[in-house]
Amino acid sequence: MKFKIYRYNPDVDSAPYMQDFELNMESGDAMLLDALMMLRKQDDSLGFRKSCREGVCGSDAMNINGRNGLACITSLSSLKQPIEIRPLPGLPVIRDLIVDMTQFFKQYHSIKPYLVNNDPPPETERLQSPKDRLELDGLYECILCGCCTTSCPSFWWNPDKFVGPAGLLQAYRFIADTRDQDTAARLDNLEDPYRLFRCHTIMNCADVCPKELNPTEAIGKIKDMMVKRAV
Amino acid sequence: MVNRIVTGAHYGLRDWLVQRVTAVVMALYAVVVVVILLLQPSFGYDTWAGLFSGNLMRTFSMLFLLSLFYHAWIGVRDIVMDYIKPASIRLTIHVLVILALVLYVIWSVQILWGL
Repeated sequence: MKFKIYRYNPDVDSAPYMQDFELNMESGDAMLLDALMMLRKQDDSLGFRKSCREGVCGSDAMNINGRNGLACITSLSSLKQPIEIRPLPGLPVIRDLIVDMTQFFKQYHSIKPYLVNNDPPPETERLQSPKDRLELDGLYECILCGCCTTSCPSFWWNPDKFVGPAGLLQAYRFIADTRDQDTAARLDNLEDPYRLFRCHTIMNCADVCPKELNPTEAIGKIKDMMVKRAV
Repeated sequence: MVNRIVTGAHYGLRDWLVQRVTAVVMALYAVVVVVILLLQPSFGYDTWAGLFSGNLMRTFSMLFLLSLFYHAWIGVRDIVMDYIKPASIRLTIHVLVILALVLYVIWSVQILWGL
């Protein structure tokens, strides 16, 4: 099995380069992360992040054969060889496949990713009807792996100003929550040519999301709500 | 002025909406013009001149052109916002684009009404 992996150690290398690897194994049911861990036995300087290894933590997001995805839930048999692995595009590389997600999380925090409710807290939890709870489906499952945001050209051009698909999906997650009381301020916060309206419905985000969520649809719903309150 | 990343201009919704509405106007116009042209028994200068002699066609064409210019303004502005980073150059280009588009509007009126 052949691999081409992006290598860069800023302390040693003057420029990034692609390194060829070979692994003697059958793809079988194995996932890309299994292969990467075996490759690290060959070369222990190979840097990548991983944690849960089952598509829940979102640590091992990377660019696999030109497409962002999670190594742990990408089966080796589905990939064309040589398998080309690069770090997520559009973010600064710390080392090899490890990127600096600071900008991504800055945008995420800018949408206030928490429930704002000024009523006194009840004895138990704040309840929702099953129907209201249903509105959070397709939103709450986001694991913030960054696959969508780093596949978005609008984020590549304006990472400091455009919230990006992951942040906007999360923004809608709190707008859609019946327990949240901050809808107007949330919409105000997003009504901006850069923060929201850099989205030109390219839909790379929905295409790559490993959890099969649809940030474009969520962004559309935010725009619909803005129209509803404006007209 | 300090160098900070600033957002929060609080506009964009109207432009986004206008871009959609103008796209519909342009699509409608394109279909109508193609259908009218296909319905003509012969095609020459006379047909073309006859088609644009009525005020209805002229007005609809003007509406199409206005939609086109507004649509183009939003599109061009978005491209400039993505690629031109210094605010002073961006503003200059914005002004030039607006002036050009206003000029096109005047020119369109002159052409359509033969002034």
